[in-house]
This record gives sequence, structure tokens and C-alpha cells, in this order.
Amino acid sequence: MSIDMSQFYQVFFDEVAEHLASMESLLLSLDLGTPDADQLNAIFRAAHSIKGGSGTFGFTDMAEVTHILETLLDRVRKNEITLTHDMVDAFLQAGDVLRGLLEAHQNGSAVDGVASVGICAKLERLTEGAAAMPVKETPSDVLAKVDADTEKRSRRQSVPSTAKSSPPALMQHTYQIQFANTRSAFPSKTHLKNLLKELNNIGKIDNQKITAKKVSLSLVSLESETKLREIFSFFLEPKQLTITESGSTLYSDDESGYGFFDEPERIRSILASSESSAGAESYGLFIEPEAIKSGVENANGYGFFGEVENQAAASPELNARKDDIPGRRETDRAAAAAAAAAGGENSIRVGVGKVDNLVNLVGELVITQAMLAEAASDVDPVLHERLINGLAQLDRNTRDLQESVMSVRMMPISLVFSRFQRVVRDSAVKLNKNVQLKIVGESTELDKGLIEKISDPLTHLVRNSLDHGIEPPDERIAKGKDPQGTITLSAAHQGGNIVIEVSDDGAGLNREKILAKAREKGMPVSDNMSDWDVWKIIFSPGFSTAAVITDVSGRGVGMDVVKKNIDAISGRVDISSRPGQGCTMSIRLPLTLAILDGMSIAVGDQIYIVPLGFISESLQPHVGDIKEISGQGQVVHVRGEYLQLIALYKLFNIQPRVTDPTEGILVLIEAEGKKVALFVDELVGQHQVVIKSLETNYRKVPGVSGATIMGDGRVAMIIDVGALVKMAHLK
Amino acid sequence: MAKTILAVDDSTSIRQMVAFTLKSAGYTVIEAADGVEGLAKANANATAINLVLTDQNMPNMDGLTLIKSLRGLPQFVATPILMLTTESSDAMKTQGKAAGATGWLVKPFDPHKLLEVVKKVIG
Repeated sequence: MSIDMSQFYQVFFDEVAEHLASMESLLLSLDLGTPDADQLNAIFRAAHSIKGGSGTFGFTDMAEVTHILETLLDRVRKNEITLTHDMVDAFLQAGDVLRGLLEAHQNGSAVDGVASVGICAKLERLTEGAAAMPVKETPSDVLAKVDADTEKRSRRQSVPSTAKSSPPALMQHTYQIQFANTRSAFPSKTHLKNLLKELNNIGKIDNQKITAKKVSLSLVSLESETKLREIFSFFLEPKQLTITESGSTLYSDDESGYGFFDEPERIRSILASSESSAGAESYGLFIEPEAIKSGVENANGYGFFGEVENQAAASPELNARKDDIPGRRETDRAAAAAAAAAGGENSIRVGVGKVDNLVNLVGELVITQAMLAEAASDVDPVLHERLINGLAQLDRNTRDLQESVMSVRMMPISLVFSRFQRVVRDSAVKLNKNVQLKIVGESTELDKGLIEKISDPLTHLVRNSLDHGIEPPDERIAKGKDPQGTITLSAAHQGGNIVIEVSDDGAGLNREKILAKAREKGMPVSDNMSDWDVWKIIFSPGFSTAAVITDVSGRGVGMDVVKKNIDAISGRVDISSRPGQGCTMSIRLPLTLAILDGMSIAVGDQIYIVPLGFISESLQPHVGDIKEISGQGQVVHVRGEYLQLIALYKLFNIQPRVTDPTEGILVLIEAEGKKVALFVDELVGQHQVVIKSLETNYRKVPGVSGATIMGDGRVAMIIDVGALVKMAHLK
Repeated sequence: MAKTILAVDDSTSIRQMVAFTLKSAGYTVIEAADGVEGLAKANANATAINLVLTDQNMPNMDGLTLIKSLRGLPQFVATPILMLTTESSDAMKTQGKAAGATGWLVKPFDPHKLLEVVKKVIG
């Protein structure tokens, strides 16, 4: 029977990826001074599992790296060596190398052998360095250290051979074999020749000495002693044969890769196996190795096996009883099956394409449903009660279906957040800053498409906080702050949106610096601009205030790209900053990109959709509330506030039904930190609309973020509120 | 009647491989992901299990503890238990034997080796 191991590869790859991720997060949370024993054990176990799996499935390169990693981790967890910062760094690097190897195996691409050799050498250096150095090093140990260095060098040279011999399956053994040359064993010389030929087939014979009574030789072979004895068993009694292994290592007594603490046929007889056992000589080797014997005697655990033997007589009955109760076995099996079903596979993997297609189809269904509802709106409800009821049910079902389908695409934001522990750690080291990262609300769910797209802007914001926000420790101390800075990443649902915040307790944005820099760049700024407007300047293309361009944040191509990326997923970035106390960047995103809750409004013969999240209220103004301000157009007075009035018909050049605001409706919208009043003909209703990209089907239109198909089949534009406010401002 | 084997390993891939190998050789396999689950499933299927295969390094409860706990149960006093382990040091064997293991099998192993050993123990 041959077993195709490749069928387990995918599970193995997923498992390794999981182990690597948990190893990394555990390493990052380790407290160097007093590492938690449970955490160390968990890290060790992760490495150990990766090693076991890689060996089993034949990924020897990964097994080699994890072997060395595991060895070092084992000594750390046993408190044989103290954990150092360098070690954690090396462990993290080893994780990266393993991830690289994993990806290479997964994609079938070239394996980066250099990286793995490099990390192996690094880990070995650490192992040896730690070994040569006592845990508590005294300054007078200089001489010892010199010795250790020499030793280190010589040991490093011997490393490849040790590493090679570590997988027991590949062991090469040297046996010293002696056996009696008797007439009964070898009636003729051909018999002996045959035996030697067989031995030659499995290895290399050396120092062969044949006398009239005895034959002695040494054999170098990959085969186990068991196998050897099997060969000899055709010719000789076991007592006529001695095999000793001269190339003895730790693994030497289990070169077969397994062993029993008792002879298998005795175990079997205990179990009352009906099979007759095979010839005793072929099992002779399974008697435990000498070393174990003595060890066990010391441990006083030897008496146990006697007990087992005593039970031999009782056991057959036990076994017989087992078979007597078929009903019991049935229930047991059913229970096992149920348990397996409960604990087994409860998730499936499907391609994103399939899910997207499903989302799209449900979107179409929602449109069709809306069209039907629209068509039925002027049907007599008394005459067509069943139709109306059916449509109501269709409406509910469609909505539920849509929600379920959307939830398939939802993933926890921890997928993105988790990688920042590493980003913060690595960057803080580079910048010589002491920074901790706090993560809040990582279980908040977000559309998969958004998760992918939010990662880059978030990385940028976090790096910015690290680089420009958090001050160096001495500066922080001078300011009376905790030398350790904190960056907080949080995610939360707010209405139909998800709000992701990156905040730091650093210096905050510097108003003067930004304004000075903006003037230098020739931007139109003034000293009495609001903070809000000043902060917004940092989103302008090519703007960077960092005095020194650092390795971490790179050139000043930062914030404008962040803004553009977030705009592209219909998000908004808001900044709030207080000098000396820190800065918070909030990103407000829709839950999903495919569907939008909107208010449909009519202007002339056109219908527009305003995203509901931006609308604070709608009202019909009194004549006295509308004021004309020279140069700034009209404003409307709402509860003590004067809001700019934007007439949609003017902006989009449409012929409206009403031109007097007091006859139409004002929709108050909030965007870009500003409140404005949008003047429209009338409100039509609230809808969930399926967003269709205008850009891919037509071209980008200013003030419009997309389009949708209405219930009556008409196309309605979705208003880009932020852009609209900006447009009105410029006019 | 098909013999039943309880396979305990925290690694899903290895567990699946072991289970697949044993199932294709006609054994019934009960899987468990750690010592705690292994002990629970052993208890639930006590009369059915003919052999226990257990990994050593596992979260919640390791292999040695599982073996000791099983040996403390009257139904498992004589049931063969094999340790699947990446270590093959004498210390491990001493511990394994003291805990009551019947034998050991060194990881990594190939499926044929596994079957060979299992057949030697329970036929």
C-alpha cells in the first residue's frame, strides 16, 4: 500500500502558518526579565510541532531550522540558559525564514537556502555562546572565555556532521559482527558466501576474518540491527551471533526508529491475540536496550511489567467480555462518531471569487426585489393581499440572505492588527525608542476586501506615530512622561461604520512647523486657519515635516498616499492632536464596499443617493433663516449655527423644480469636519443600494462616488459628500 | 472485527496522516487533539480501544501524563500504548517506561513504519 503524503500538505501548511503566527505573538509578548514558563513552553511546543510535521512530510529544510531553534528554546525553557534580547530577535528571524520556506514549498518556488543557513548559524552561535558562558558570568572569566572561543570555533566546524546525523532515519551504523562458523549453519562455503552477499547488499563489509570456527567482520549500513538479525536468522541460532554497534551515538539503540519496552508477542499474548507469534529470533531485538534497563531499575519502575505479566491470565477474559457486548460497542462507536463530528471539520475553505460572485448575485437580487416592491406599490392591497404578503416576505428573506452573504466576507480586524506588534517592535529598536503597542477591539469584523486595503495605510500611520509622534526616551523623561511611549490601535463599530484609530501619546502635531513648511512649499495658508485645516495640510502631496528622513517612515510620500488609499475605499481620515499629549488618526470606513444605506433625493428629474451616515437631519427652512452673505453665497440659520447652503442643482447644472430653499428641503450633512446644508427638491426615501462603480463603467465624475440601479430601473448617482463639500467651498 | 486505535496528537496534519494510514489498513481510528481530549475519548470508548498512540508534546496534557492517567484506569491497565515522539533519548524512554508506555516510535516516521509497528503490537 502506498500513501500519498501530498494530500496532507495543505493541512500541514495551514498548521505551520498558525504555529508561526502564535510563536511570533508569544515571542513579542515575552517579558525578557521574567519570562513566563507557560509562554516559553508554548513557544517551544510551536517549534516542536513544526519540526515534527516538517520531518514527517519530508520538508527537511524546515525541519533543520526548527531542530536548532527547538534545541535552543528547550534549553531556555529548562532555565539552562538565560533568555536575551538577541535570542528573541533570532527566534523572530527564524520564524521569518521558516515562513519564507513555507511559502516556497507552498508555491513550489525556489527555496532560499542562504537565509536558512544564515539563521541556523546564528542560532547555533547563540546556543554555543550561551553554553560557553555560564548563566552568571563573572568578570574574571576572561581566560575561560578565550578557551570557549577556541572551542566554539572548533565546534562550529563540526556542526554540519552533527546536524546531518540528527534525523534518526538517516543514521549510518557501524556494526561489529561475530558469528559461529559451524557445519550446521553453513553446510557449504556457498552458504556463507550467500550470507556475505546479502550483507553486502545492505552495507559495506570491512575487516572480514573467516576462521574455521568463527567469522568476524564489521559492517557499515543504514539498516537496523533488527534487519541484520533477520538476515542471520536464516542461518544461525541467535545465541551463535553477536552484533555490537561500534559507531555508538545517543540514537544508536533505536536506529529502527521505534521500540517496545517488552517483546511484542508478549504484549500480544497479554491481549490474547489469536495469531500465533512469529519466530522468536526476529523479535529478539525488541528487548529493551541495556541503558534503559539500568535506568529503569534505578527509577524503581521495573516492577510494573511483572504486574502486567500477572494480568496476562485475566486479560483474555477482559477481551472476551469486550466482544460479548456488541450493543455497547455500537453505542460507543456512535458516541465516537458524534464526538468526531462535533470536534471535527466545522469550516470550509472556498475561493474569494466564489464569495464575490455570490455577493454580486445577491446584489442583483436586492435590486430585483426593490423593483418588484416598487411595481407592487400601486397594486390594490385588498385585491392582491397574497401578492403583497409574498413580497413582504421576499423583502425579509432578501435582506437576511444579503446579511448572511455579507457576513461570509467579514473577518476580524485582528488579521491586520496582529502584524503591528512586530512592526512596532522592529521599528522601535531601529529608532532607539521604547514603545508599547496596545490593541483594542481586535475582534471587530470588517469586509475582507477592506481588510486587505486598510493594511498599508495603517502601517503608514503606525510608522508615522513611531517615527514622528513618540519622542525618544530622554526627551520623554524631560517632559515628565513615562519613558515608554504607547501607541494604541483600536477598532469599533459606530453606526453603519467601522472606526479604526491609531493614537499615540507622543508630541502631537506641531501647528507652527506645519504652517512654516506649507509656506515654504508655497501653499495658501494663513495663521488664523483652524486646527482642523492645519492638520489637513499633512495630507497634501509631497508634504513631510520630519527634519531627518528616517529609515522607518521613508521619504515624505506618506500621508497623501494614506489619504488616497482610504478615500479609495470610501473611508475618511480625521486627525485630532494636542501638543505634547499625542495625536489620534481615525479612519472611518463603511462596513462593506458593496452595499450602502442611502437617502434618495430628487433634484429636477434626477435622483441622487446621499450616504445615510453623513446626514444629520433634514428640514424645511423659514424665509427668515436664509441669509445672503456677499462672496460666500447663501447660509442657513439652524439652531444658532450658520451653515453654508449648497444648491445641488447649481453644482450639477440641472433644471430644478424649485429654486427657493423655503419651498424645497435642506439636508444637513457633515463631512470633512464641516456641516453644510444641501438644498434639494424633495426627499424620496431611504434605500439600501448596491454600489456599482462609475469609474470602471464610465469615468470618474467629481462629486459622485458611484452609481446604483433604483427599484424602477433608473440609474441614480451616489453623492461623494466629502468631495461635494470641497467643490462647494471652491466655488 | 476491526481493531480500534486511539490516536492522540495536537498536530492536525500528523493526526490526519496517522488516521488515514491506519484506516486504510482497516483499523477503526478515534482521534484526539491533546491529552485531555484523549483521556475523555478513551473513557468514552474504553471497551473498544485496542491500542493507544500518543504524541508526547501537547498542550493541556502531555503524552506522559496521558499514559499515566490511562494506566490508572482499570480498562487500560493492559492496553498497549505507543508514544510517538521526536525525542529518542534514554531519559525519554526511562520516563516513558515508568509512565507505563508499551513502546515508542520516533518521529518523523513514514506511514509504512507506523503500520509495521502497529501490526507488531495488535496484529
